[in-house]
Amino acid sequence: MTIQTRIGRRLVGVARHDGMTYFLEILQPLLEGTGVTLHVFLLTLALSVPFGLGLALLRLSPWRLVGRVVNGYIWLMRGTPLMLQMLFIYFALPFVPVIGVRLPDFPAAIVAFVLNYAAYFAEIFRAGIQSIERGQYEAAKVLGLSYGQTMRRVVLPQVVKRILPPMSNETITLVKDTSLIYVLAMNDLLRAARGLVQRDFTTMPFVVAAAFYLLMTLVLTWGFQYLEKRHAVYDD
Amino acid sequence: MPSTTTELMDVTPMIAARKLYKRFGRAEVLKGVSLTIDKGEVIAVIGPSGSGKSTFLRCLNHLEVIDAGEIVIEGDTLVDTDASGCCRYAPEPELRRICRKMGMVFQQFNLFPHLTVLQNITEAPITVKGLSREAVIPQAEELLRKVGLLEKRDAYPARLSGGQKQRVAIARALAMEPDIMLFDEPTSALDPELTGEVLRSMRQLADERMTMLVVTHEMAFARDVSTRVVFMDEGEILEARAAREMFASPAHPRTRAFLEHML
Repeated sequence: MTIQTRIGRRLVGVARHDGMTYFLEILQPLLEGTGVTLHVFLLTLALSVPFGLGLALLRLSPWRLVGRVVNGYIWLMRGTPLMLQMLFIYFALPFVPVIGVRLPDFPAAIVAFVLNYAAYFAEIFRAGIQSIERGQYEAAKVLGLSYGQTMRRVVLPQVVKRILPPMSNETITLVKDTSLIYVLAMNDLLRAARGLVQRDFTTMPFVVAAAFYLLMTLVLTWGFQYLEKRHAVYDD
Repeated sequence: MPSTTTELMDVTPMIAARKLYKRFGRAEVLKGVSLTIDKGEVIAVIGPSGSGKSTFLRCLNHLEVIDAGEIVIEGDTLVDTDASGCCRYAPEPELRRICRKMGMVFQQFNLFPHLTVLQNITEAPITVKGLSREAVIPQAEELLRKVGLLEKRDAYPARLSGGQKQRVAIARALAMEPDIMLFDEPTSALDPELTGEVLRSMRQLADERMTMLVVTHEMAFARDVSTRVVFMDEGEILEARAAREMFASPAHPRTRAFLEHML
């Protein structure tokens, strides 16, 4: 794009910054940014929930050493900023001996998000699993259910109901945390909006971005409300 | 030879517990408890709280791990103790197979709150025995009819009274077709007016010659339904006699004191 057209576009933007045309013009880059945001969000959620569940089960396993290692991991992941973890995986990991690999920006971001969020989810799962009364395990055991069957059929279905509110919290936080990937120069919704604001000297892209974030969290809120309602058919 | 085999099987006790020892930390809760239960017997275990009754029951189906002793269920060794005093349990699959011969009913019901009454009953037959839903539903409904709760089949446990919960728990245990039923104070968590319906279901089961071991504070049930009454105190069995004899003339002074207090 030549300098003339850029200035021209900017003037148009300023002249019509409250108009429909400008809105439609910024819609395209903002939607692309939303796509990146959703991509990071969904992939992180899909991977960190099972990983977190595995961590929680290991944390509660009878092997004390395993539990301690998981504890240390959770401390590390919750005790350092997610942004630092992302920068470390992208910039420093290639220089770490043995496990050192150079990851492109998107995989690096996903790895950091999954490692970090799994630690938080693990603690939610642990609290949920520990809240199930011992009598439930005993009833399952005397009926002949194995540990795996007890977890799948008796414990985890009840855990889901109890952890929905904290999971909803954490998931909504994740939507907004995705904006941290800007440090790896990826064009998520917020970075796209900031780019437009700096180009066009108008705050409208911020307003639109905020509306997009609100829309995403609204969908999530509804989703979790629906799940809570579905689980409300029984009382504990 | 088939007749000999049958005879042999008939004399094999349903439960043979020999010299069970169990301690929780410093407290010795079982001090060499031995009891043999034959097929069709209904044993009431009575005694003051803290006497080790429930612990004894829970040791029989591996909810508690004993420190020493031997437990044989229908001829299969669940656990024994070698010469060096080392306690050895059967390997995991064998252990589960043996324990599955015993159904259990808890004081606190322990129904699965996220499942309906019918699902509570069909869960184990489907998951453990691998039966199809269609195959187990008629059986589950029959059990519900037996405990008088067929109309509650689609209710969740939270909607039931304590007595109804306990009857569902009995049906749930029976769905696995156990040879022995263990009851751990099945009426202790119930309002007094609700104990009758649970005891009726248990009495019905006893009439069908189910082998039962019942830890209870219901002296009337012990006297009228059980074939033998076991009195435990401070981790020991002090007396085990036919119900009528036990209530008419308790031999041990502590049994006498306890019965006088309870009746």
